[in-house]
Parts: sequence; structure tokens; C-alpha cells
Amino acid sequence: MKMRIFVPRDATAVAVGADEIVTAFERVAETRGLPIEIVRTGSRGLHWLEPMVEVATLKGRVAYGPVSAEDVASVFESMASNGPHALRLGIADEIPWLKRQTRLTFARCGVIDPRSLEDYRAHGGYKGLERALSLGSDTILAEVTASGLRGRGGAGFPTGIKWKTVAQAKADRKFIVCNADEGDSGTFADRMIMEGDPFLVIEGMTTAAITVGATKGYIYIRSEYPHAVEAMNAAIKAAKRGGYLGDKIGGSTFGFDLEVRVGAGAYVCGEETSLLESLEGRRGIVRAKPPLPAHHGLFGKPTVINNVLSFAAIPFILAEGAKAYADFGMGRSRGTMPIQLAGNIRQGGLFETAFGVTLGQLVDDIGGGTFTGRPVRAVQVGGPLGAYFPRTLFDTPFDYEAFAARDGLIGHGGIVVFDDSVDMRKQARFAMEFCAVESCGKCTPCRIGSTRGVETIEKIINGERVIENLALVEDLCNTMKFGSLCALGGFTPYPVLSALKHFREDFAPIPTTLQAAE
Amino acid sequence: MTAVYEPSCEPSYEPWDETRGAEIIAEHAGQEGATLVILHALQEAFGYVPEAAIPMVAQALNLSRAEVYGVFTFYHDFRHKPAGRHVLKLCRAEACQAAGGDALAARAEAMLGVSLGNTTADDRVTLEPIYCLGLCSTAPSAMLDGRLVGRLDEKRLDALVAEAQR
Ligand SMILES: Cc1cc2nc3c(=O)[nH]c(=O)nc-3n(C[C@H](O)[C@H](O)[C@H](O)COP(=O)(O)O)c2cc1C
Ligand code: SF4
Ligand code: FES
Repeated sequence: MKMRIFVPRDATAVAVGADEIVTAFERVAETRGLPIEIVRTGSRGLHWLEPMVEVATLKGRVAYGPVSAEDVASVFESMASNGPHALRLGIADEIPWLKRQTRLTFARCGVIDPRSLEDYRAHGGYKGLERALSLGSDTILAEVTASGLRGRGGAGFPTGIKWKTVAQAKADRKFIVCNADEGDSGTFADRMIMEGDPFLVIEGMTTAAITVGATKGYIYIRSEYPHAVEAMNAAIKAAKRGGYLGDKIGGSTFGFDLEVRVGAGAYVCGEETSLLESLEGRRGIVRAKPPLPAHHGLFGKPTVINNVLSFAAIPFILAEGAKAYADFGMGRSRGTMPIQLAGNIRQGGLFETAFGVTLGQLVDDIGGGTFTGRPVRAVQVGGPLGAYFPRTLFDTPFDYEAFAARDGLIGHGGIVVFDDSVDMRKQARFAMEFCAVESCGKCTPCRIGSTRGVETIEKIINGERVIENLALVEDLCNTMKFGSLCALGGFTPYPVLSALKHFREDFAPIPTTLQAAE
Repeated sequence: MTAVYEPSCEPSYEPWDETRGAEIIAEHAGQEGATLVILHALQEAFGYVPEAAIPMVAQALNLSRAEVYGVFTFYHDFRHKPAGRHVLKLCRAEACQAAGGDALAARAEAMLGVSLGNTTADDRVTLEPIYCLGLCSTAPSAMLDGRLVGRLDEKRLDALVAEAQR
């Protein structure tokens, strides 16, 4: 019996040495004369244990990690003899960090071979689409609406309503566009699912296509993700070969074609109308809404544009039914959210769980605090446009409305942890700088305001008329918030104002003259 | 055919050649909204987008030169001139900042004697900022000619810089 060894090909695992480990395993197996088969998978998301490798045993897959190339010989020994090893983590599925999760979207990620359509189908893939094909458009729309799924790209708009609008629109052509621009710092769930379970994204998009009557789809992937581009292209090819893309999908009367397009390093192209402009071959400048993309989208045609994770949630909803999905979550946030723990964190990675878990649980308990061992001071949730939360707000439950009520956003579910060495003036300045660099230039508050914001915070840092300049920054933030066309200019005030509000001590130290006078 | 975008570890580019450029443009011009696809393909072949290619693209897509030039300059990825022999990108976004990325970026600048966004005088290394590689859980992160590196620390950075300088 050949030993089956699983090594992730996920970019995170590769960045910490997974490819070197594959070479080392091949070498050891050859010298030992024991045949092995190496399967490259996605990542299970326990990133502090990457590279995490697994071996198939009669009791299930046994995991080891984090493995370095020097460990491979002894790990191999342990695998072959089923003996102990310092890096042995036991049965992978039983690892507590994994067991605590509710994996609806990421169930297969890290488990299957992402290049193999057969493997995908053997693990329940395409069940959702098969059911969708038997249901018809109206019933699918009812299911997606009843699931309560809200777009995972940030704004949280109900997916069912969006699809219905496109389904009802009359046009000679309609499009499905997958927003895989994932430019937010601290987020990598889109990348992981594209690299670890690409057929899931294809299945979700195909379901959208048959529901609304679209015949062509595009996946717009940022250029910073070459591995995801490669994985999606390989999967599209395999799906075509297997009859799941092209004419007569799964033997039906529906036809749907899919193409990957690569971005060119512009954060604003994640904004949906800017993305459409970019897909059309133009500068990624935000369009005013209305008209909505659902009516007037790509090349002027009705278009469904959704985030990667929104599409990836669809197959489960159709295979298991809307209720099975909606039963998870709290309030108007239904189902699960793949939460991404990043930055200065001991146990960073992807944790999929129902909405409602608190920020403190995520950071302290699941994330295990900082890796520097210093106290957690600030946590930015929701990417560069998200607010910085102090410890005093750690009781906030992960829920769209609960975060909004505290002047924050969950965005794409990224959490970036900072320890007590963070200088919040620098973070506030960075937020403005980022907006200045990435602004599409269409509106003045964003284009000019962000540049003035950098200068003014700079002055505060240099101790120039601190009180007046702080007031000026707040005023500027208000102008940006209410005068910007899109969320880049409109939400940059969130990180800036939250830093000012919750970490005021960093900005306005008691003037030395006052201290002397006391 | 879709543009194949593969990370290449040993960048090697062709010198600009009009016939070859025209060929590349023709290969993709039939796609809807092909501007970015073509600019990527040109850069993939030549290492940058030669000035001379802009009017060619405009003609093939029935656009004005200004439009194509506008697209070319809007996106951070497209180069006006060839990069150094190696390109070292350091992530400057928040998760990497939180994990000590600022100090590492300053160290790389000092070691190479150039600031982010520039190429060393001997044309060997281009040092660039990048805003998130999606490796934020093993931050800080870097990319050397398409190869990803996570859990960057001083030792790993020094090795990367040395490799880039070779
Ligand atoms: C500046 C900016 C960047 C954005 N980046 C992304 C992104 O990278 N991915 C994404 O799915 N949505 C992004 N969005 C949100 C999209 O505009 C849009 O709401 C989303 O793609 C809709 O899909 P959903 O309903 O499935 O969430 C961004 C928005 C703004 C304003
Ligand atoms: S807010 Fe900024 S990015 Fe958004 S449309 Fe206005 S200028 Fe463009
Ligand atoms: S912030 Fe650096 S890789 Fe995401």
C-alpha cells in the first residue's frame, strides 16, 4: 500500500515552506524505498501550524505541524510506523480548533485535491447544482432568499433580492461576475477557497447563471493572487471537460461559460462598479448608482456581481435547503462567516463559525492573543476601511448590525490584531495615506481630502497645534463621510475616527506646559 | 484563450519588437474589454509596457491613444520601464504592520540603499511595496520574483535581499 501524504499548495503554506517539504518527502521516500503518493490540497486554515501535513491511516488522516524540511525524515518515520512525534497533532478532524468550527463553506477546503473534479464530486460537490437544475428559477430564488444569505463582500446586501432583480430584467445577454479582488488587509478567505475548493465557486456561479438566465461569467481576481488565478483556471478547464461548463451543463439545456480576468493592482477595483469598468477594459473609476449593475452592469447588460464567498455559500444552501443554513447565526446575520484572524496573533488563520461569537472570544480565546506575548491593544475589523476596536468593545458580537451600532463594520470578516506597541497616530495616518494612493479620483472629498488628512495628522504627530488640528481632522472626516461617492472615501473616516475616539491618549498627550503648571 | 498568468521565478523577458508586440495584441484583441488583458500580456513578454505599444493597442481596440494611456497609468501594476533583474515586494498593509513589517521595510531600504518603489543603481533589485498578499495570518510577508515568503524576520529578510542581489 502506497502511503498517501497530503501537503497544502495554499499560498500561505507555500510561503512558509510547503514546496520544500514535498521535495524532502519525495527524497526520503526514495531512499527508504517506500512508495508514497503526495496529494496537494488547500489549507485547513490552521495557519500557525502550516505547513501542516497529513497522512491517511485506517482511523482517519493524522496531522503533523508545523513541519520544516529538516523535520521531514523523522515525521516520515512516525507516519510509516504510526509512532509518536513531537509535531504529531492526532486525527486532523479532531483538532479542537477545527472541531469548534461550523464549516459549511470551507468543509472541503484542505481536504480534497482542488484540481480534481472527481474528488469534488466524491465529497458532495455539484449536489446543489443538480438540485437547482430540477427546481427552476423561482424556487431557487425563494431558497436563496429564505437562507438569509447577505453578500459577504462587505456591504451585506441580501443575495436573493439581487438575483431576483437580474432574473426579472429583460435583455439579450446577462452576466455573472465574481468579485475576487479581496484587497483588504487581514482577509484571505476568498484566496483560500479559490485555491482550495475552486469548483465550489464555479458551482455557485453556475447556479446563479441558470437562475437569472446568464450565459457568460467572469471571475475578476487581483493580480496579487497568482496562485488563485492558476487554481481557478485549472478548475475551469476541468469543469469544461467534465461537462459542468459550456453547452448543456450537467445534461440540461443551460449553457454557461466562465473566464478569469486578472486585475492590475488597484484596491478600488473591488468596488463593484469600478470592477465592471475595469473588466470592460477601462480605468477603474466608480460609477454613480443608479443604475444598479443588476439592471445596467457589465457591457450595459443586467449583471449579478457577488463576492467569492457569497457564491461559495450557494451550493450548501441548495443541497441542504435554506433552513439548514438559516438555522445558524443571529438576528439578520444568518448562516456562517469565515472569519480571518491575522496580524500579531498567536493562532492566526481561518475560522468559520455562525454569526454571534464575540470579538473578545475570537481574539483572546480562538486566536490565543498576540504572538509577541504582549497585551492586545487594538483590533482592526473589516479591512483598511474598518474601525479600530479597543478591548473595552470586545463584547461586540460578530453581526452586521452590532458592529454598525458601534461605528464599525465586519466587512469581509478580517480581524487584524495589534499589541500595545502600536502607535495609533501612525495607523490613522496610514488610513488616510491608503485612501490617497488608492482613490479613483472621481470625487474631491476623497481625492483631495485624504491628502489633506495625511498632512494634518502629520502635523499632529509633530506636535503642531494639536488640539486645532485634531478638530480639523474630525471635520475633514465628516466631509469625506458625507461627500464621497463610494465607501473608499466614505469609510476611511472609520479607522481614523475610531483611533481618535478610542485611543485619544496617543494623539493629544497633555501639553508639557500644562503639566509644568500643575 | 485567456491570458495565462503564472508566477515565474526566473524572470526573463524578450527585447521589445514591434512584430512580436503586434502578434500579442492580435492574439487578445478579439476578447471583450481586452485592454487590461493586452497590457498584462505585453508586460509578461517584455517586462514592461513599451511606449510604442500604446498606439498599437489603441488602434487594435478602436480606442483613442489617450484612453489606452489613461488605463495604463491608472493601474499600479503596469511598468513604464523595465524593472531590475529581481523584484522584491514587501507587504506594507496593516496585518504586516502589526507584525513588525515597518522595521523590516526600513531595514531592506537601508540594505539596498534605495527607498521603496525604486531600483538599485546596478539595476539588480527593484524594491516595491505591495498592499496585502493574502498571507496576513503568517505576516509579515514578501514576494521575490513571484515566490512567496511568510513569517518574515530579520534573518529571512537578509537572506532574501542577498538572494536578490546575486
Ligand atoms: C473600495 C471598495 C473595495 C471593495 N473591495 C471588495 C472586494 O475586494 N471584494 C468584494 O467582494 N467586495 C468588495 N467591495 C464591495 C463591493 O462593492 C460589493 O458590495 C460586493 O462585491 C457585492 O457582492 P456581495 O453582495 O456578494 O457582497 C468593495 C467596496 C469598496 C467601496
Ligand atoms: S470616494 Fe474616492 S474611490 Fe470612491 S468614487 Fe469617490 S474618489 Fe473614487
Ligand atoms: S497585510 Fe501583508 S499579507 Fe495581508
